Amino acid sequence: MANTMNVALVAADRMLWSGEATVVNTRTLAGEIGIMANHTPLLSVLEPGQVDVRTVDDGHWVAAIDGGFISVANNQVSILCDNAEMSHESDFEEAKRKLDERLATEQAASGEGDED
Amino acid sequence: MAVSLREYRARIRSVESTKKITRAMELIAASRIIKAQQRAQSAAPYARELTRAVSAVATYSNVDHPLTTEPEESTRAAILVVTSDRGLAGAYSSSVIKEAEQLAEKLHAEGKEVDVYISGRKGVAYYSFRRREIADSWTGHSDQPTYAVAREIGEKLIAAFVKGAGNADQEELAAAEDVDVAPVQEVHVVYTRFVSMLTQEPHAVRLLPLEIVEGEEKPAEDEVLPLFEFEPGAEEVLDALLPKYVQSRIYFGLLQAAASELAARQKAMKSATDNAEELIKKYTRIANQARQAGITQEISEIVGGVNALADATAGSE
Repeated sequence: MANTMNVALVAADRMLWSGEATVVNTRTLAGEIGIMANHTPLLSVLEPGQVDVRTVDDGHWVAAIDGGFISVANNQVSILCDNAEMSHESDFEEAKRKLDERLATEQAASGEGDED
Repeated sequence: MAVSLREYRARIRSVESTKKITRAMELIAASRIIKAQQRAQSAAPYARELTRAVSAVATYSNVDHPLTTEPEESTRAAILVVTSDRGLAGAYSSSVIKEAEQLAEKLHAEGKEVDVYISGRKGVAYYSFRRREIADSWTGHSDQPTYAVAREIGEKLIAAFVKGAGNADQEELAAAEDVDVAPVQEVHVVYTRFVSMLTQEPHAVRLLPLEIVEGEEKPAEDEVLPLFEFEPGAEEVLDALLPKYVQSRIYFGLLQAAASELAARQKAMKSATDNAEELIKKYTRIANQARQAGITQEISEIVGGVNALADATAGSE
């Protein structure tokens, strides 16, 4: 059995990342969860926060998400969320800041929309 | 004769500048379609994963959810009409409104009242001009919808349905009470489906109560859905999944409508450009004729004058 799994981080309007990885760490409503290859099929609700992924070539990235789901099946991990920002420098603060900015501009945009 | 020639030339110039404008709009629409299609494509993975997840939960758990349960009796329905913000797109908005009106008539015949929700300024203009009530409207995004708008629309429609369906639990009902909407027992969406660059057809679907399994892309026959574990529980997962599923369906509708709008606009502007070319050709011919007629007249006047002069001198000799 392969020791890697296919991971996809998908936001509502785009695919942020997809590729092979060894470990995925994140936080569900039930608590912290770590997923490795050949994990049992799982469907869970994620809390807003961090997704931490170790890729096959010893790479590492983190993403800030605003809640969503994770589904694991047949070595395919999908992380679905409305909005997400990722950082390749493993810098969660940076990703979080980007996500906050994105949410703020969105709020501003929908605020304008309400007026007319 | 010379005056009318000048008039024709002025008209040709004005049609020429119209042609330049319509040509530019055609090109803009064409380039935006590509962007709209890309946006639809990049939204596809999310929709696909979500559909798979929802059908997985639906298959492996017996949880009844308010959003999927048919209300016992239905007296009021909501229709979301997706129109454009701007005109100059041929019959795009009017055909989707026509479809919505047909649906509303059908629902009326079934004894249901109809609340109209509108996306796009053209739809708002249509209903407010006729002094018809609009339950709510969203404008300013028709050619490039964002997910945030879809979420806003989705939240509102779900709240209306949760209030109306009457089988939601207390917690959900309390959340829905905060939103200011009239309760309904079903929600329909009318949008324009993008079939191809040449064909876009208005399309009405019932959004709520949800019918799952009719996902856009069904898993292949031989692909067995794995036995999922649900965390914290199937019910909680479904609670969180279904509203997102609804929003993603609305987003899908908005994206399709945006691509259709741009395609319709490109087509309309193309035929406007063709018409302008036709007009220019016609006026050029008329102008040439007028010019030639002027020349002919001048020559015959000169010839007539010369003849008269010759006659006069011959007579005097």
